[in-house]
Amino acid sequence: MKIHEYQAKEILKKFNIPIQEGYAIDNNTDIDDTIKKVQTDFNSEAVIVKAQIHAGGRGKGGGVKYCPTFEDAQEAANTILGMNLITHQTGPEGKMVNKILITQALDIQKEYYFAITFDRSKNSDVFIVSTEGGVDIEEVAENNPEKIIKSWIDDSPNALENAVKEIIASLSLEKFENVEQMFKDLYTCYIESDCSLLEINPLVSTTDQEIIALDAKVDIDSNSLFRHPEIAAYHDKSEEDPLELQAAEYGLNYIKLDGNVGCMVNGAGLAMATMDIVKHCGGEPANFLDVGGAANVETIKNGFKIILSDKNVKSILINIFGGIVRCDRVANGVIQAVKELELDVVVVVRLQGTNAKLAKKILDESDIELISAETINEAATKAVEMIK
Amino acid sequence: MSILLNKNTNILVQGITGSEGSFHAEQMIEYGSKVVCGVTPGKGGQTATENKLPVFNSIHDAKKEFQVDATVIFVPPRFAAQAIIEAIKESIELIVCISEGIPVRDMVTVKNMLDKSSSTLIGPNCPGLITAEESKIGITPGFICKKGSVGILSRSGTLTYEAIDQVVNVGLGITTAVGIGGDPVIGSSMIDILKHFKDDNDTKGIVMIGEIGGNMENDAARWVKENLNKPVVSFIAGQTAPKGKRMGHAGAIISEGSETAEAKIKILKECGISVANTVSEIGITMKSLIG
Repeated sequence: MKIHEYQAKEILKKFNIPIQEGYAIDNNTDIDDTIKKVQTDFNSEAVIVKAQIHAGGRGKGGGVKYCPTFEDAQEAANTILGMNLITHQTGPEGKMVNKILITQALDIQKEYYFAITFDRSKNSDVFIVSTEGGVDIEEVAENNPEKIIKSWIDDSPNALENAVKEIIASLSLEKFENVEQMFKDLYTCYIESDCSLLEINPLVSTTDQEIIALDAKVDIDSNSLFRHPEIAAYHDKSEEDPLELQAAEYGLNYIKLDGNVGCMVNGAGLAMATMDIVKHCGGEPANFLDVGGAANVETIKNGFKIILSDKNVKSILINIFGGIVRCDRVANGVIQAVKELELDVVVVVRLQGTNAKLAKKILDESDIELISAETINEAATKAVEMIK
Repeated sequence: MSILLNKNTNILVQGITGSEGSFHAEQMIEYGSKVVCGVTPGKGGQTATENKLPVFNSIHDAKKEFQVDATVIFVPPRFAAQAIIEAIKESIELIVCISEGIPVRDMVTVKNMLDKSSSTLIGPNCPGLITAEESKIGITPGFICKKGSVGILSRSGTLTYEAIDQVVNVGLGITTAVGIGGDPVIGSSMIDILKHFKDDNDTKGIVMIGEIGGNMENDAARWVKENLNKPVVSFIAGQTAPKGKRMGHAGAIISEGSETAEAKIKILKECGISVANTVSEIGITMKSLIG
């Protein structure tokens, strides 16, 4: 689960990490008071106004403004709150800014990149740091890979101690007080909050000789939210695709794509493979949709509803491998769902597994317009060709 | 012959009194699996399923009365890691975890314990494994399997079934099919399972199904090139998956270039592995190699 910068900073603060302080607001009427409050509380005439969206590249897109005076801040806040922000991560359609964070301005000496994430291939956590902070880290990785330093934390007794020493040395931060403890606290924060990513870009040293987290990006392992109700409450539904949200409420796993062949499949791997074969047959998949193990009338109906909310969809390919759920039942479910929803798109059905032959017979003999197919290849070809 | 599992394997079901656990315990018994007992903490002394299998509070208690070679876990995700740890501590040889949705952090702890133990873990977030016409542990539909010469391993459940079905339909049949799971941290990697298939004389060819995310297929491809002289057919799902989006499985997300389907297919081919162009060509590709 992604969360906003201001929420990530709230988490960091609980673990005693020095952060760039500020207040988040979602209403224009609060702008003036909040700017004044930031100026007074943090003794900072200049402030920064930062758009809160779940995407990077906010600065380049015009979503982060340094404001030397109250009036500048007023103008920036009124512009950014409610704007449609386009960055390289939002896609061309951009994202509506529903919240802004107004923070103190700091006198920065140097910017660093810092992150902790999980390295699947080594089954251990890894610190990733660079002296090239404040810029897109993917660009650094591309142009100056030697400037990215990784230090792994395995389960050996002194692993954290050693890794922290290593990154302090590689960033030449020895002279800063408490920096060792801060990195250890960041790791504790990462572990105890079940983060899948904790990224601070930039982490800065100030002219006052302090190390401070200027930005924060935290992704939380969704599977762990049962033990973090306070983090689960951070979930911002306005940041998500409404169709994907609705699918999740139905218990379906849906991801919208740009094509016109809708796909309804059981199992994530088979769902991906089905999208791939649509493409292979010359079509474009409209979505990923995994209806899960129980492909009954209700899940199939809900699947249709979600797929058809996407107006690009011209045909629907249903590909179900019936194992424990028998294909004849799935076939009857499909027929019932098509009838009840009065569909007017091409529906191609391929059922394989228990009672597959009986299922095909049921589909072929039904009084509704369905195209049945025996192999995935045949099904995908039909779903693509029927709409050409 | 087969790998990991045969008709004599004594199986315990953790979470046997739950609806999933009891349903699949019965399905397993129907297939021929030797399910001997179950565990649900707090329900020791009861019986479960139509076969009246004895239920124990712990694996420790169960082991006093039964020989247990393998355990299968149908426990809600928040308790599943603890269930795996219990099985590791009781030195169960084969642990199969079906549960989906275990926090990564919990699995890291499990994996570190597992590495220092003698247990083998399959999963989590997997369909389990099946040795054709002998025994199954987990939720794979048994009727699609016929005994034969192909070993199957896969990160995806329904793609495992799809591969079994195709390999059976082209007349080859299978030895054992293993769904290793779709999570970022899993007990047995592709290489772990390939090693078993390498040593199994009845396995003449291997189907290895991967997907986007992680580098496991790339590591496996290099291992195959160096160590295996049996034909391998591979398929990688997710060629049309967008970057940075999690495609159903917790582990199916592209975060760097080497984790794309395209990059994996390239490495697999470079290592001499036949890659099926589409999911429907898995069976015929294997047939062309060992038919």
